[in-house]
Amino acid sequence: MTLDRLDLALIRATQGGLPLTPEPYAALAAKLGTTEAEVIARLTALQDTGILRRIGAVPNHYRLGYTANGMTVWDVADAQVDALGEAIGRLPFVSHCYRRPRALPHWPYNLFAMVHAHSRVDADALAAQIAAVLGAACHGHDILYSTRILKKTGLRLVD
Amino acid sequence: MSIVALSALDKRIINQLHGGFPLCPAPYRVAAEALGTDETTLLERLTALLAEGTLTRFGPLFNADHMGGANVLAAMAVPMARFDAVAAQVNAHAEIAHNYQRDHALNMWFVAAAATPEAVEACFCRIEAETDLAVARFPKEREFFVELKLSA
Repeated sequence: MTLDRLDLALIRATQGGLPLTPEPYAALAAKLGTTEAEVIARLTALQDTGILRRIGAVPNHYRLGYTANGMTVWDVADAQVDALGEAIGRLPFVSHCYRRPRALPHWPYNLFAMVHAHSRVDADALAAQIAAVLGAACHGHDILYSTRILKKTGLRLVD
Repeated sequence: MSIVALSALDKRIINQLHGGFPLCPAPYRVAAEALGTDETTLLERLTALLAEGTLTRFGPLFNADHMGGANVLAAMAVPMARFDAVAAQVNAHAEIAHNYQRDHALNMWFVAAAATPEAVEACFCRIEAETDLAVARFPKEREFFVELKLSA
């Protein structure tokens, strides 16, 4: 699907969020010079193609008590990493799961999975569940906890 | 940052409004009915949860891959004596969207976003020149589907 000017305008107009008014799509339409029906049709099409992942609430992990946010990293056999990555992504406590290149010799890990827990002890238990799924295909792992946010501006649509 | 105590309604809002928000003319009214409340109360609670920072956002979440740009995760092993100075050098680049300190030899992890992969690479090269430190690039090779719900 190719995004046209109106799709991009809609993405930009909602980067800060959906208007908190009783008729938010009509409010967007007025801002963009189109109709409410067109805004709803565009968002439906974007959702159907997966460009729009979801419309909903994004909680602040820390405020909900998820203070142990660990980047778990795994050295998984190349032949099995894609099938196992799918399985890890399905675990309910994993928020992001990616295959990335190794940076040898110091960084042997090719599978990254973010986990969120109320304590490091709980996060370590979640990592043990991941290890159980990976089994013998995994040759090593680590958990990197964030100790400080140095910058967080979020990804923005490029102009 | 403090951990908040939430009312039963706020918990339902956070747990049930994860996705699937209606695409119809009065979506808050429809969503409020499913949550056992009314449109006015739902709008008030969403406004308050955003203002106090319990929600970072309410609205559409787009897949960054389709948004016309490139973004790449990278990491550096920064000597602790220079850590804050290097953080300032890295953060000064507008391309840097997030930057976290992590407890590992690779102790600074950041994401650069730009219009093209070449612009992201140029940013990493400038950071290497300015800091005299190597930037390890970890571009996404494949993303695995996830459906996380953090319960309140």
